[in-house]
Amino acid sequence: MGCLSFVWEWGDMKALLQAQNVKKVFTSGSLLEKNETLALEDLSLFIQESPPTVTGVAGESGSGKTTLARLLLGFIAPSEGKVLYRGRELQKMSRYERLEFRREVQAIFQDPFEVYNPFYKVDHMLTTPVAKYHLASSRSESRKMIEEALEVIGLQSEETIGRYPHQLSGGQRQRVMVARALLMKPRIILADEPVSMVDASLRATILKSLLKLKQEFDISLFYISHDLTTTYQISDDILILYQGSVVEVGDVELVIKKPQHPYTQLLIASIPQPDPNQKWGQDSAPQVKQLSIKVNHGCKSVRCFLYKDASVIPGNTIGKIMAQKRKGAITRRKRLQESAR
Amino acid sequence: MKTEILKVHNLRVYYHTPLGPLKAVDGVAFNLRTGERFGLVGESGSGKSTLALAIMRLIKPPGRIEAGQILLNGQDLLKLSKDEIRQVRLTKIALVPQGAMNSLNPVMRIKDQTIDGILNHMKAISRKELNERVFELLERVGLNPEVAGMFPHELSGGMKQRVCLAIAISLNPEVIIADEPTSALDVVVQRQVMLTLYHMQETTGVSVLLVGHDMGLMAQFVNRIGVMYAGRLVEVGSVREIFKSSLHPYTKLLIDCPPTLERKGEFKGIPGLPPLLLRPPSGCVFHPRCSKVMRHCSVEVPRLHEVDPGRWAACHLYGNGEI
Repeated sequence: MGCLSFVWEWGDMKALLQAQNVKKVFTSGSLLEKNETLALEDLSLFIQESPPTVTGVAGESGSGKTTLARLLLGFIAPSEGKVLYRGRELQKMSRYERLEFRREVQAIFQDPFEVYNPFYKVDHMLTTPVAKYHLASSRSESRKMIEEALEVIGLQSEETIGRYPHQLSGGQRQRVMVARALLMKPRIILADEPVSMVDASLRATILKSLLKLKQEFDISLFYISHDLTTTYQISDDILILYQGSVVEVGDVELVIKKPQHPYTQLLIASIPQPDPNQKWGQDSAPQVKQLSIKVNHGCKSVRCFLYKDASVIPGNTIGKIMAQKRKGAITRRKRLQESAR
Repeated sequence: MKTEILKVHNLRVYYHTPLGPLKAVDGVAFNLRTGERFGLVGESGSGKSTLALAIMRLIKPPGRIEAGQILLNGQDLLKLSKDEIRQVRLTKIALVPQGAMNSLNPVMRIKDQTIDGILNHMKAISRKELNERVFELLERVGLNPEVAGMFPHELSGGMKQRVCLAIAISLNPEVIIADEPTSALDVVVQRQVMLTLYHMQETTGVSVLLVGHDMGLMAQFVNRIGVMYAGRLVEVGSVREIFKSSLHPYTKLLIDCPPTLERKGEFKGIPGLPPLLLRPPSGCVFHPRCSKVMRHCSVEVPRLHEVDPGRWAACHLYGNGEI
């Protein structure tokens, strides 16, 4: 059990995408020598149907960010717990429901170089889903839709349609992916590190177009990144993942301006400030210890400077974090009491 | 007055393509002082990695060093034979390559990879001495001696990166070129690796040329910055002065573009796209994207000249350096 798992209670608010106590364990090795890696532990989250929100997820590499995205997209099944889309469990959807789910939940991936087939023109990426979902009744209508979507994203159709992927820059390619997601008229877009492969100067345009989707088309966004600054810029709510557990969650302003968990504090302190007068502390950041996750109960913040004994977590730390959380959040402690009753 | 260990004069590196020469580095000149940390920044495609490789003489066809001088302690690296430059690499000048974590050999133990370079340069050295050397090197970059017996896949990204640093310093070079050493790492590990490099630099006094695009990282690490745009240096100056009041409009945009945790909802990109180096714009290469463009910007190429003592810029806003 993670030290900070909890349930959000939202009264009668309807969930668009919801994860309930999700756990994911990857097994490898042979029958005799099984290796288990705990990628995500007891994670619950709730994305409301309306109004649209931007939920950010931040954490270091190996913290389970991409596993979370793959779970929410239904690419992999959770080992325990459920992922629900509008009340329906992803793994138990009918063929038709699944097809709808695939249209309403769109994904944008990290690498704008790998998602394209180099032998096809970029049009292929845009016309295939339109044809597949019968979104247009004729070719000219499909063409018109594509041009409109490209225009919203700020791309000129003459510059993109009819070109091969290698003729476009990384930023342009990633924006074509945003346009493709928009074409499907989705309810939510899951973006897994959409700007990490793109130059800093071009990041702004991609982030702007993602925000535009929320503001003008009522599309929610689930934004995953290891870069706290872009996540802060774009998100309404933020979730900090560390070693497969949520360590801090809440309104982005509160989490960033008043971080409670030592790991969040470390993340924020590690951002290189573009100001030579504001230096990093010269003390080296505490070393990461190798974890054997199988036997590790309690809080996993081995880098935590409050860390003394893995099984003992100072209760008031959690209490303080929880005080910051959005209304309705209850601590695991409370939940355990409830389940004991 | 500090002495200059590395001097680059009028360096030109072209990639010869069927469509004509692509001028990746087009007349770059700068000096690296002894014990200095110098940062080279620019967007992708600005030629900064090509420049780093050119200094190591690692440019491969279709790329070619067309002209210029690279003086390391007065010795022109471009005039050395293949064997001579092999001797210079690692002993005098070492490279931490881009994505260094993928540059380790997956089927060799860390120890053997570290030894490889040492053996190439020092024939007579005993096994015992070598082992001690490896442990000492790993210690200097903050790794456990146990790492020596491991394979790269057993290490995390940050540890692999530090192994690359250990290899780079294995023969006490005078200059280390680090080409985006932390671009694949997350912020916490990035900080650990950069602080490792920082402490190593402080203790040994080696000169470091840090290539990258992250202005935040530059502000944290270097003493002086050179800003590259489309194969040319557009501004050189001390890090404090550049961040306080940058001269070139491009530098200003570059400093403003990383998002911060202070202001929310401000996305500042650099308008327009980087120029095509096959057909660069006339005059100042930056003029199509510049907010302060003047009439003769598209006609005359601005020269990099000293605007104030120690501050160089290539921009018509500050004259064009009377000869």
